Amino acid sequence: MVTAVIALSALALVSSLLLAIVARAFAVPSSAAVEDIERALPGADCGGCGLPGCRELARRIAEGKADIDACPVGGERVARMIALVTGKAFTAGKVRRAAVILCNGGDPVTTRRFHYNGVRDCASAAILFGGDKACRYACMGLGTCAGVCPFDAIHMLPNGLPEVDAAACTACGKCVSACPKRIIKLVPVDRRVHILCSSHDGGATVRKVCRVGCIACLKCVREAPDGAITIQDNLAVVDYDFEIPDAVAAVCPMNTIHIMALDGAGEGRDGASSAGGEL
Amino acid sequence: MAGRRFPGGVHPAYGKDLSDRRAIERMPLPGRLIVHFAQNVGTAPRPVVKKGDAVKKGQVIAEPQGFISVPLHAPTSGVVQALDVFPHPAGADMQAAVIIPDGADEWAPGLDAERGTEGFDAERIVSIIRDAGLVGMGGAAFPTHVKLSPPKEMPIDLLIINGAECEPYLTGDHRLMLERPDAILEGASYFARSLGVKRVIVAIEKNKPDAIETMRIGALSRGYTVAGLDVVYPQGAERQLIYALTGRKVPAGGLPMHVGVLVQNVGTALAASEAIRFARPLVERVVSVTGSGTVAPRNVLARIGTTFDDLIAFCGGRHPDAGKVVSGGPMMGVAQYSLEAPVTKGTTGVVVLRQREVAQFVNEVCIRCGRCVRACPMRLNPSVLGIFAEHFRFDDMREHHVADCIECGCCSYVCPSRRPMVHHFRRAKAEIRSAASGAI
Repeated sequence: MVTAVIALSALALVSSLLLAIVARAFAVPSSAAVEDIERALPGADCGGCGLPGCRELARRIAEGKADIDACPVGGERVARMIALVTGKAFTAGKVRRAAVILCNGGDPVTTRRFHYNGVRDCASAAILFGGDKACRYACMGLGTCAGVCPFDAIHMLPNGLPEVDAAACTACGKCVSACPKRIIKLVPVDRRVHILCSSHDGGATVRKVCRVGCIACLKCVREAPDGAITIQDNLAVVDYDFEIPDAVAAVCPMNTIHIMALDGAGEGRDGASSAGGEL
Repeated sequence: MAGRRFPGGVHPAYGKDLSDRRAIERMPLPGRLIVHFAQNVGTAPRPVVKKGDAVKKGQVIAEPQGFISVPLHAPTSGVVQALDVFPHPAGADMQAAVIIPDGADEWAPGLDAERGTEGFDAERIVSIIRDAGLVGMGGAAFPTHVKLSPPKEMPIDLLIINGAECEPYLTGDHRLMLERPDAILEGASYFARSLGVKRVIVAIEKNKPDAIETMRIGALSRGYTVAGLDVVYPQGAERQLIYALTGRKVPAGGLPMHVGVLVQNVGTALAASEAIRFARPLVERVVSVTGSGTVAPRNVLARIGTTFDDLIAFCGGRHPDAGKVVSGGPMMGVAQYSLEAPVTKGTTGVVVLRQREVAQFVNEVCIRCGRCVRACPMRLNPSVLGIFAEHFRFDDMREHHVADCIECGCCSYVCPSRRPMVHHFRRAKAEIRSAASGAI
């Protein structure tokens, strides 16, 4: 009995000493500033800023190696809080961004060329002939983007297209890199004109496989301010630095251009069929 | 001999009786040939023809890029009608040349001439084989000259000529062994000479007793041996074959040369003798056009670039309820969406299955029955790997050696939940490769 008490006490003493030494030797140096900034960050460790987690970003901000608005997820609110704890000035002006899926070719608008019944994941499906969609640039519709979204901001519609809930989207960029077709883009939410097509095929090919694809007819290019829309390898591409009037959408013969109010201001041109624009 | 049995494997219905009694028939030149530039493992050769060019049979139409690459030759004389993207039977849409044959089938100068080969040394043999565009014709399409150039510190002491042909339905190698045994053995002798190897084994599954007999007669005079192998899929896979014959185990991530062995398919050996003795580059191959969905299954000697449509038409057409067309055998082959897909150097067969024979993957959850674990000839744990794949845990898959998967399909074949296992593994391998190349 006595031996047991002594033995266990000795063991406890040795262990606690060891723990104390280890805690000293391997201590992660941390400062109050880092702790404060980390508390202000969302804490999702999503990696949207390009760093391994929120703590790493907090450290960088504290060292002055990253801007106080470097967290793409937290947006203005978090930036203001970090400004408060670091004493740095917050300058508003960076417009929040949200993801847009640059394809509107759902079923049956874009045809499918074979029956695919393999793994239900876009990147896996792309291994076989680049996917079953007749258009090789089209959204494959297996929901990989919706699956990787840490904020539940992407949902699949019955026509096989993903829909972005722009209000919930934090522009972390996970969907952008998960999409094997690379057709998701982060755009400023105050821009309303979007060309929902990513096909670089010529007009004749596009017409064969899709009813709403860009045929590079140049009509929108002429209608929009100079340089706001350019044709890049058979595809009209919006330069989001420009403000483009809504009227441009009306000239598109293929119905490829959509007006979407990502910031929730005003109605979409055809709210029922456009992807995104949900309040 | 051949007493060893590798772990795992399955016994699928073989279906070889559909075509194994049909002698190889040369198919007349079709109206057009679609010749893909990417026909070998490694770097695809670079096209050196353009639209409108006239080409001769055997003329180089694409130049190799780097060491693991081979030239590509025009399969007949004619005109290049277009360069465009066409479905490649390996499962991608890729750049190809459309060649319209002129009917003359005229060889380019200097080719198709018999010559004495006694004085050819190793270097000469390997360079002829490279220039003839030879790749592994058992389906893998790995450049043959690379296999024949092992580093000095890895001497080869055994050459295995692979006539196992364990894939169900395929009978092309079987027929070649019956009809061209001397040419195959001559090709094997060039491989042996270039490597300085004395010991040569021709390995054949025991379900082809006539081929074993025929090859044995020819092999005797050359001092080669013929080994009959147990009938179990995938007996013809390199590692399994080497283990069955020698007991040597190729290390994970290693090659047969690491255990002193070189394996070449019988079709490749034949192509080598054609290239070395007759100066004929690789422009045609034997394709088994078979399956119950083919009206008249047969073994066809077809030009590279012959579309599956033309091939199947040559074999009496498709049965009305044909449900699936597979390039290669049903275990490892790739289902095609278009019959515009053409024969490539690695196309062993075209199998047309009927609707009722086509199993659909349903992707139910894994019930952990362990059948795949027993079936895996690489001693992996497909069950766990599949579950990891569903959760995108590719790092975990790497640690569980998914890279050693030979994609034989045994796990998918035995899975009662009909899970697309190989598809999962191919995805994981692609992810691991891109992670490795993109690592900072």
